[in-house]
Parts: sequence; C-alpha cells; structure tokens
Amino acid sequence: MGMTMTQKILAAHAGLDRVEAGQLIMANLDLVLGNDITSPVAIKEFNKIGVGEVFDKSKVAIVPDHFTPNKDIKSAEQAKFIREFAGDKEIENYFEIGEMGIEHALIPEKGLVVGGDVVIGADSHTCTYGALGAFSTGVGSTDMAAGMADGRAWFKVPEAIKIVLTGSLPKWVSGKDVILHIIGMIGVDGALYESMEYTGPGVASLSMDDRFTMANMAIEAGAKNGIFEIDDKTIAYMKEHSAKEYTVYKADEDAEYTRVIEVDLSALRPTVAFPHLPDNTRTIDEAGDVPIHQVVIGSCTNGRIGDLRVAAKILEGRRVKKGVRTIIFPATQKIYLQAMQEGLLEIFVEAGAAVSTPTCGPCLGGHMGVLAAGERAVATTNRNFVGRMGHPDSEVYLASPAIAAASAITGKISSPEEVVES
Amino acid sequence: MKGTVIKYGDNVDTDVIIPARYLNISDMKELAKHCMEDLDKDFVGKVKPGDIMVAGKNFGSGSSREHAPGVIKASGISCVIAETFARIFFRNAINIGLPIMESPEAAKDIEDGDQVSIDVYSGVITNITKNRTYQGTPFPGFMQDIMRAGGLINYVKEKGE
Repeated sequence: MGMTMTQKILAAHAGLDRVEAGQLIMANLDLVLGNDITSPVAIKEFNKIGVGEVFDKSKVAIVPDHFTPNKDIKSAEQAKFIREFAGDKEIENYFEIGEMGIEHALIPEKGLVVGGDVVIGADSHTCTYGALGAFSTGVGSTDMAAGMADGRAWFKVPEAIKIVLTGSLPKWVSGKDVILHIIGMIGVDGALYESMEYTGPGVASLSMDDRFTMANMAIEAGAKNGIFEIDDKTIAYMKEHSAKEYTVYKADEDAEYTRVIEVDLSALRPTVAFPHLPDNTRTIDEAGDVPIHQVVIGSCTNGRIGDLRVAAKILEGRRVKKGVRTIIFPATQKIYLQAMQEGLLEIFVEAGAAVSTPTCGPCLGGHMGVLAAGERAVATTNRNFVGRMGHPDSEVYLASPAIAAASAITGKISSPEEVVES
Repeated sequence: MKGTVIKYGDNVDTDVIIPARYLNISDMKELAKHCMEDLDKDFVGKVKPGDIMVAGKNFGSGSSREHAPGVIKASGISCVIAETFARIFFRNAINIGLPIMESPEAAKDIEDGDQVSIDVYSGVITNITKNRTYQGTPFPGFMQDIMRAGGLINYVKEKGE
C-alpha cells in the first residue's frame, strides 16, 4: 500500500522508510510556533523541563498577534513575559509590533516554512502552511514547550481524504467559498483526525492566497492538516520568499484514502456560513434578507493582498452603508505597505471603512471590533461559534472578502453581483 | 475514578469552554471561574471535585487553547467522556493529564446527574445509577505512560533523567 503526501513527510521526519495510518511516531520539527495567548502557558511548561536553551534558535517562532497592540494591562503583561523569554533565549524569529503580522500570513511571507517541512504551532490555524506542501498542524502549549525543548513531537499518522479539484473558479468565487462549500458538505467533524489532501487539475487555477485560505480552514472540518500538491505556483512563491530548500512529496498512486471527494470549481457559488458553526453553509442565493451591523475583512484566513484587492474592486467609488462598521485588517506589515502603494487603503478610507494595523483582535472577540448582544457581523474570518466575536447573543456570518465588501455597501448579506455591474 | 455526571451536547467548542476574552491571563484556577460560561452559566456554581463531564460528538473543537482542558481540570472534573473529541483537545488533554475517554455508547446513554465510575486504563465505564457498563477506547500504551506521569512535561523529564 502506498503513502499519502502527509504520510511521506511524516515518515521522512521520523527517520522511517514508511509509516501507516494509526502508527505513533516521534517526528523531527522544522519549526515550532506560538502566539501571545499560547506562548505564556508554553513558556511556564518549558521552564519546568529545565533544559535551559531551546533546541534551535532559528526554528522557534513567536508572534504576538492576538491581543496586540496590547489591548489592556493584562495583555501587556503577557506580551512582556514572552518578549523577555524571546530575548533571553535569543529566539531569532520573534516579531514585534511594527514588523509583525498575523502569524499564519507572516510565517510563509518570511520564508520560514517550505514544502516538505513539519511544523507545529500552538495555534489551531497552523494548518495554513499546507498550502506550501508542508505538514503543519495546530497543537497546544505543552506540545509547543516540549517541541521547543527537544525539537520533536509525537504524532498519530493520519488517514486522509482526497479532494480532487476540477474546473476553475467563476467570477467572485474564491478559495473561501471552496472551503466553506467543502465544510458544509462534510461537516465540522467530517475530517476528524484526518488529512485533507488537495489534488487534481483545478489546483492550478487557484492562487496561493486561495490555497492558504483553504488550508487554513482544514481545522474547521476537524482535520489534522490540509495539504496541497506542490506545483509551479508553489515553487515560484517559495523561491520569492525563502532561501530554504524545499522537498516535493506526491502521494503514491496506490495511496489509501478514507474517501474521495470531487469538487467542480466552475459550479460553485459564493457561500456563507451562518451562525453558529462553519458547516452551516448556504449559497448567497439562499441567504435571504440578513441585515448586519459590522463587517470585518482580514484575519489569517483572508487578510492577504489578493483578498484586499477583491474588496477594493468592490468598494472603489462606493460608500459603506451608514451604520455598518467596516474594519479592514491587512494581515502583515508587508501586505499593509503593498496595499498602500497600490492605493487600496485610500479606496477603503474613501469608502468609509476603517483600516487597522495587523491583529487577530476581532476574530476571537478580543478587541478592535467586539460585538454587543443582538449584533450581526459578516466576517472573512474562520469561526462563527457562540460568542466568538463578542457577546454570546451576537452572530457571525463567515464569507469571502467579495461578499463582505458587498455586504458593507448594502448593509445586508449581499452578493458582489448586486453592487458591481459585470 | 467516580463522580456525578454533568452532560452537554455535540460540538462543544473551546470558545464556550473558555471564551477568548478572558485569555489575557493564563492562570488556570483564575480562568476556571469562567469555565463553560457561554454555554452553561450554572456550571461553575454546581461543579464538584470528581464530577464527570459527558458530551456528544467533536468535543473541544476549534482553538488550540490548552486553557480549555486546563480550566476543565482546574474546575475539578475528573474525566471527560465524549462520542468523539476534536484532535487538538484530545492531544492537549493527554498532555496536561486530564483523563478523557471516547465511547459513543456511554456518551449517548449516560444522563445528567448519573453516578459513573471509570477505569481509564481498561476503558470500562460503569453507570452506577443505571447499573450498566460501556466499553470506551483505552489509550495506547504510550499515551497511558504520559497520563501516568501526569502529563507530557513530567513524561519528558522522566525520560530525560
């Protein structure tokens, strides 16, 4: 029996010729990641181990992005605690305000992950780097601590779902719509403990930004990781961003999958996940009349330059509806600068939207856009759980940047087709 | 271990177990004051040391925050039984030494308030109230070693010594 992409990467990092689904292995890590919420717990655990130094100063990354710029005194204390640790341990990839970004946009942009790597991060959306053909998965703080100490982590080798993409995306349909469609189809536990492996002729038509979005939300289907086959676009991206050597892994012809799902990209419609689960999806045509109070465009899911360009195309020369608080978050400093140079930020401000420095803040109800009871938001983020963006009686509708921008203009969940003449 | 059951449904996510708005602190005892707050405001008032939490599918889905199993443990819950667990929660629970058990049969049959006893090593769950037993999935040896050591950090330390 052959191996999947994920199984091949794990075997190589465990020093084994082959692995099988269900096998417990210890794998060497190429990067260990944490943020300002998970790192404080990890550092306390790390200190209990008593090793003194991290296993490799260049292979640990700490990005304070959740409650930063510090939202209150307690957050400032946590940020200070991890800053001191990063300084003390000489962590090379600690990124402070002014140079940071939302971790899962920043890490690939900085070239810290390439195809074939094994990455753990104490953040559930660490699965994002599967877009580059790496095995990357979210873990907790204790795993981060143990990973920082000895550069290894235990894994149960996962089974996989093969997702074969065909066709190409219609206008206003993006990677976000594809992943919401898939989660709607298989459910929030549809890929529990498994890999989601993307292949097929449709992959080539997806931009890297689309692929990051799709890999990012693998966790929303319960998956261990989402991973794309490496192609010319992936290689071009890695060469532009990284000096690290990458390895291309392809699944064997006879690799075993628990199921095979075919998705015809050409047939997809813009899709929205209604409260309170990401699998509660409807196409925009089935959305009905849903008035909204806030729009958030950004996050590790959809705060990249391609996302901002789509939003700008819709907002250009238009105004957001009075009373709809529209907040746009470029995901990194580099994206922010690029958006400024391309004139996107001017379009946003002219349209009546607020533009923020990179932060995860509103996505998890931290700061910079918390909802009151009874309020509804359309967000390009990844979770719409009860209380995710604020009050337990508020509601989050997950959608693409195109739908979010169109909805900001009309004040209700809307298709871009409603506001932009084609 | 033996205790009274507090029961919940499917897809109990980490945002309702411990809302992110409180994660500007990382002390589990302090955070436990808000455990389950957005799902069950009465939890903190009613939970007693040794109580057992039982839930449906995909327990602990969402964020990787270890604070979620951390506050459940700090609340005094001795074990969580569910039909299935989300994978990061599963890992985290083992790593911090919070006993968990997968058993669809037990998760469906056990009701709120039942008295239940559990042998996490054999996987046998006994419902004392209903006089029934269920078989849960016992941990592989390696995970049992971590649990016995009281979590991954102690396990790593023991291995190192």
